[in-house]
This record gives sequence, C-alpha cells and structure tokens, in this order.
Amino acid sequence: MTDIDIHGGLIKQLQDAQAKFGYVSQHEVKRISKEFNIAESEIYGVITFYSQFRLKPLGKHTIKVCRGTACHVSGSLELVTEVRELLGLLDGEDTTKDLRFTLEEVACLGCCSLAPAVMINKDVFGKVNRDKLSKILESYK
Amino acid sequence: MSLAKIIVNMGTCGISSGSQKVLDSFRTLKDVEVKATSCVGLCALEPTAFIYIEGRVVGLSYLTDTQKDKESIQAICDGKDVDTHLAPRVIYDGSEQGLFNDLFKGQKRVVLRNAGWLDPMDINDYISVGGYSFLSKCRSAKISKEQVLDVLEKSGLRGRGGAGFPTAKKWRMLMEKISEEKYVICNGDEGDPGAFMDRSVLEGDPHSVIEGLQIAAYATGATKCFMYVRAEYPLALKTLNKAIKDANDKNVLHVPVEIREGAGAFVCGEETALIASIEGKRGMPRFRPPYPVESGLWGKPTIINNVETLAAVPWIMNNPGEYEKTGYANSKGTKVFALAGKIKRGGLVEIPFGMSLRELIFDVGKGIQNDKNFKAVQIGGPSGGCLPASLLDLRIDYEELKQSGAIVGSGGLVVMDESSCMVDIARFFLSFTTKESCGKCTFCRVGTKRMLETLEDIVNGRSNDDHLQRLYELSDAVSKLSLCGLGQTAPNPVITTLRYFIDEYHSHIKDKRCPAGVCSALTKYSIDEQKCVGCMLCKKECPVSAIVETKRADGKKICSIDSSKCISCGRCYKVCKFSSVLKR
Ligand SMILES: Cc1cc2nc3c(=O)[nH]c(=O)nc-3n(C[C@H](O)[C@H](O)[C@H](O)COP(=O)(O)O)c2cc1C
Ligand code: SF4
Ligand code: SF4
Ligand code: SF4
Ligand code: FES
Repeated sequence: MTDIDIHGGLIKQLQDAQAKFGYVSQHEVKRISKEFNIAESEIYGVITFYSQFRLKPLGKHTIKVCRGTACHVSGSLELVTEVRELLGLLDGEDTTKDLRFTLEEVACLGCCSLAPAVMINKDVFGKVNRDKLSKILESYK
Repeated sequence: MSLAKIIVNMGTCGISSGSQKVLDSFRTLKDVEVKATSCVGLCALEPTAFIYIEGRVVGLSYLTDTQKDKESIQAICDGKDVDTHLAPRVIYDGSEQGLFNDLFKGQKRVVLRNAGWLDPMDINDYISVGGYSFLSKCRSAKISKEQVLDVLEKSGLRGRGGAGFPTAKKWRMLMEKISEEKYVICNGDEGDPGAFMDRSVLEGDPHSVIEGLQIAAYATGATKCFMYVRAEYPLALKTLNKAIKDANDKNVLHVPVEIREGAGAFVCGEETALIASIEGKRGMPRFRPPYPVESGLWGKPTIINNVETLAAVPWIMNNPGEYEKTGYANSKGTKVFALAGKIKRGGLVEIPFGMSLRELIFDVGKGIQNDKNFKAVQIGGPSGGCLPASLLDLRIDYEELKQSGAIVGSGGLVVMDESSCMVDIARFFLSFTTKESCGKCTFCRVGTKRMLETLEDIVNGRSNDDHLQRLYELSDAVSKLSLCGLGQTAPNPVITTLRYFIDEYHSHIKDKRCPAGVCSALTKYSIDEQKCVGCMLCKKECPVSAIVETKRADGKKICSIDSSKCISCGRCYKVCKFSSVLKR
C-alpha cells in the first residue's frame, strides 16, 4: 500500500476530480501527480483506459443510452439515432453546443427487463421511446 | 378492519417505473405501516406493492394512478371486495405462504430470500430475521474456521461469477497461506450486458453480501475486505455505503470493509484486472500463475468471490446440510437468473440447478411476449452462446450447458423472438468485446476486430462464402491464443450462431436477405397500394423525404417510396397504423 492507496487509490482520486468539475482537467492531473508522486503519463494512461473518465468538459446533464443485449433487441440502436437527432448532434459530437447534454452509450444499466433503458444523471428511465424521451428531456434545463 | 402493512418495491427498476410516487402517496394513508424495500424480481410488473391485511396478502402491480390506488386500498381496508376494486392489477391474493408458492412457482429462493421483503436501508430488519447471528458466533469463536469450511464444502457451492470454481476450495487455499495481510474481494463489477442479478442483490439485501464476505474473512484469516462495484449502479453503491456504515456503528463486523468503484471497463471483472484496478492501474489481466491467492492485491494473498456466491453463504451456514439437497449432479443448490428480452415475466428468478431451459422460460418466465414464436435464448452474455428451440430441453447445469456451446455464466438470459436476427446478435457481441478488449493480446485485440469486420460485411451485403471460412478460422485462433477469459470466450456467440443458425448466415450471404428484417442494408421497404389509405403519416416521419404522394390506378391518393432515396431506416414501417408498409 502506498500513500494514494490510503486515500482510496488513483481511480477514486480521478472520480472525485471528475465529480467536482465534470471532467478531469489538466490542472487536476498535475495536482494528483504532485501530491502522490505519480508520473503524469501514468495518470493519463489510467484515464484513457476507463470509459468513465473524460478529458473534456461534459454537458450539464449526461444521457446514457443503454446498448446492452436486452436493450439492443428492443431497438436501442435506433434510439441512439433518435436521441442524436433530438439533441441536434452531428457525427462525432457527443455534447450539445450549449453544454446542456452529453450523450453516452453504455453497456448495461441493470434494468434489462425495462428495455430500452436510459439513464439521465443518476435517474433511470425504462421502456423509453423517442416521444417519451423528448418529454423527459424537457424537465432537464 | 385495519391494515397492517404495505410494502412498496423500490429497486432501480421500481423507481424508474414510478414507485416513488406510489410510496409517497401510500405514506399519507392513516394507521398504515408503509415500508420501502427493494426489487422482489417482478421487474416487468413494476411498480409493485404488497398489502398485508390480517394474515392475508394482496400483491398489486402497475400502480400508476396514485390517487385511485389509494382510494382502492382504502376500500379494501373497509372490507370491500379486492377484485372489483383493483381487478386488473392484482397479481396475487391469499396467504403469505401461498404468495411464495404462487408468485414464485418453480423457484427456490436462497440468495433472493430477503430481496424485496427487508428494508435494505435498515440493518435492524436484517438482524430481526437472524442476520449477523452466524458472524457473531464466528467472532466469539463458538464456531471454528474448520467447521465453516466443512459446511461450505459439503454444500457444494460453486462460484457464481462465471467459472464455477468450488468456493470452499478457494477459501481453504487462502486459509493455508501465511501472511501478515490477506484480502477477500467481493466482485460486483457485473459487466455482462443484459444481466442484473448482482445489482438487485446489492440493492435489496446488502447485509447478506457483507455477512458472507465477513464469514469468508473469518474462515480464511483475511485482514481486510474490499467490495468492487461498478459505477453504473448508483443506488447499489448508496445502499452498500449505508449498510457498511450501519454495520460499523453496530460493531458487528469482523474485519474492515472498503468499497471501490469501478470506472467502466468490462475486463475489470476478471480477477487479476480487478486487482490492478484497485491498485489504481490500467485494468489489464496478467498471466497466471501466480494466482491471486499466492500474490494478489499489493502482492498479498487474495481471493475474489462474486456477489451472489457470498450472498448464499449466510443461508448455507445457518442451514447446514440443506443447500446440497437441491440441484443436479455437480451443480448443487440454486442459481439466480436475470430474465430479459422478449420474455413475458422479465425480472429476477432463482431456480434449482437441473431445471430445463423450457421450464425456466415458459413456466417461470411465462413465455414469449405477445405470444410470438421463440427463436433463441442467449445465455452467459459475451462469453456465452445462443441456443435454438431444439435445445430447450437442456438442463441448466454447468457441465450440460457447456457441451452445447453456451455457459451458465453469471446468469444473464436474453430471450429472442422472430424479430431478432442472429447474425446481428453475433455482430452485437463482437462489437462489445472489440470495444472492451484491453489490447494486451494480438489475437484478442486484432482478431476480434477482424471478426467484427467480417460480420459487418455480411450484414451489409458485401459477403461471399469466404467470409464464413474466415469466421471459423478466426474463432479458433482467438479462443486459443488469448490470455484471459474475455478473449478466450469472445468467439462463443459467433460459434453458436454458426452452429445453430447457419441458414440465417446463408440467407445474408447468398440471397442478400435478412429474414428477420433487422439488417437495414438487406431490407427493402415498399407500400402495399391496396392497403394504404393515404394518411401521409409515414411521409412526415421519413428522415430523407423518400416518401411521395401519388395516385393509385383508381384515382385514390396513396403514398409511394422512392427506393433510390430510401435508407431503410424502418420508421415508416413503425408508424403506419394500417400495416401498409411492407418489409422484405
Ligand atoms: C472478462 C471477464 C469478466 C468477468 N466479469 C465478472 C463479473 O462481472 N463479476 C464476477 O463476479 N466475475 C466476473 N468474472 C469472473 C472473475 O474473474 C472470477 O472468476 C469471479 O469473480 C470469482 O468469483 P466466484 O468464484 O465467486 O465466481 C469475469 C471474468 C472475465 C474473464
Ligand atoms: S484476452 Fe483480450 S482482454 Fe484478455 S488480456 Fe488478452 S487482450 Fe486483454
Ligand atoms: S402511414 Fe401507412 S396508410 Fe398512411 S400513407 Fe403511409 S403507408 Fe399509407
Ligand atoms: S424506410 Fe425510412 S428512409 Fe425508407 S421510406 Fe421509410 S422512413 Fe423513409
Ligand atoms: S441491457 Fe439495457 S439495461 Fe441491461
């Protein structure tokens, strides 16, 4: 066990930084590097390995569309296309210009019997379709 | 007559179906004890609640009209007939014992014994049903380590995380290691996309998992426990944090427990990758030996057990000699399955090993949605396989399922009907494994990518017979030349679909047709001129303006699809209320 392990480990440090700022900033990487004496390159190696971490600012709300098996057989691929349309995202973009929403595709939200499932911030919505989702999104300003 | 109690099921599935409103509304009823618990496993019927009236239980579902539901419950209290007030939503009415027999027919609930009945946020609820009493016997040394291991060994419990390794054997290996520090880790990474057993157990009965973990620590002489839980499960994490805090406050724990959150990498479910992740590194598996029990977390002897494995332990200890009475051959006891996909009663069930797939899907799971035809069942997620109707009589048993090319795996079971395309499913799993491969081994990193490209050619109509040959060769190479289970089992969904659904591959390759109408490049849409009423709803939906208004020979206004513009998105097919869009 090293110093950082006593503080919950590197991943915990990065999670805390991301929870605070919405992403892991260069500044935070430098801070963690200094504080715990870990090379910055090593920290970036860890950041890029895990899909949870972001190096760019996120939208205010994160929409996670489930792309797990159960949701796949219930049409989640179409749902992703529809959400992109709703948000006006161009190819390659995942955050709206006004930084209101970020779209992510995740593996499984653990609500497979309510497929297709979508998680917005920490709330899960089941049996989602385009109309239902556009109503839900209105409540996230 | 006065009501005794209402239990509202508040798992993630319940909350997302609106159970918070139900709970708030019932809490305003007078003289009624309202209790919030987690999911009982009836996920497809959420939001659900159970009303206890003087020994009688009424199970209700689809509680969405809170005001009306409240009035109905008031009416039941006043002695009115249940049926006339709540008829379509009553899923059970009778005695408590009858409830278990009826609602959970065919099941045997060991791991799920408390989920949905106890308040997971209240440690006293768990203690009131005998929780932590066994651990307390351990702590006061009324029971020896050897006794614990002995009961466990006789129970025949095998690891529920996928591999099915005998749990007692694993514990014994750690016990025999001499070291100042030893660790036990609970694996709650649950990455299989389509499975939610561990989430429900952690949300519904966190103390059983913690007690199991602590009994493991006692029997093996471990000095600290870790629980690794994926970040996508916020409610499970919240519940678990509270449970550990309460257990500490009550001083019932044997050694300290710490939670570590995953950060979104499927491969971290593999034990050596999980250890690397806790150590703050990139979660890449490493070569074994040395096994974690020799050199694990921070180089110390370590064992890892799955959530469900640990949740069964307290029951096994409190009922010595019982667990092994259920099960089949070398698969003793029970297994939790997460039923999802096109199954009627989707949710969580726990069944004895040895049951046939047919019983599980058609009796316990109540069959296929909308009474469509069963086509396939996918068991074991990305490491598992797709089985056809002809194999429905297979027994659920580690060894028997393995022979068929599928695995028991962690317990995810996704049922598919005619509307699923098996080539598309194979492609789906390969795109998952390609993304999740950690990149260490060439065959897993590049081989799965080549397999995915080959499958993509097939679903896009760019294939010939060489593509099948390539799939066979790559499957063989990837499974033989990968370091960890992820790569070794990644070809399984392809191998089993090739074995059981080869006709569908041929349709895609030879006839350039997707029989299920899923692969858009191989599906063409047209209008049935006789059926079309000219409402033009489809025209509004079409994203590329491929639909135009025309006139039928008899002068009636109808629509038509310009096939040079159509991108086969299928939206017109979905919206037409007169089934006038044809899919081929
Ligand atoms: C790619 C991969 C992913 C895995 N994911 C999980 C998981 O999510 N949960 C789990 O308990 N075991 C998972 N396992 C199995 C673990 O490596 C390990 O065998 C298991 O946690 C041991 O616990 P058990 O003996 O109680 O089953 C995974 C294995 C591999 C190769
Ligand atoms: S098989 Fe795949 S996931 Fe496993 S170690 Fe090799 S590259 Fe990584
Ligand atoms: S929605 Fe159906 S009925 Fe209406 S115009 Fe289109 S094809 Fe015809
Ligand atoms: S399938 Fe899609 S693109 Fe083609 S006509 Fe219908 S709505 Fe338009
Ligand atoms: S597959 Fe979407 S929630 Fe599990």
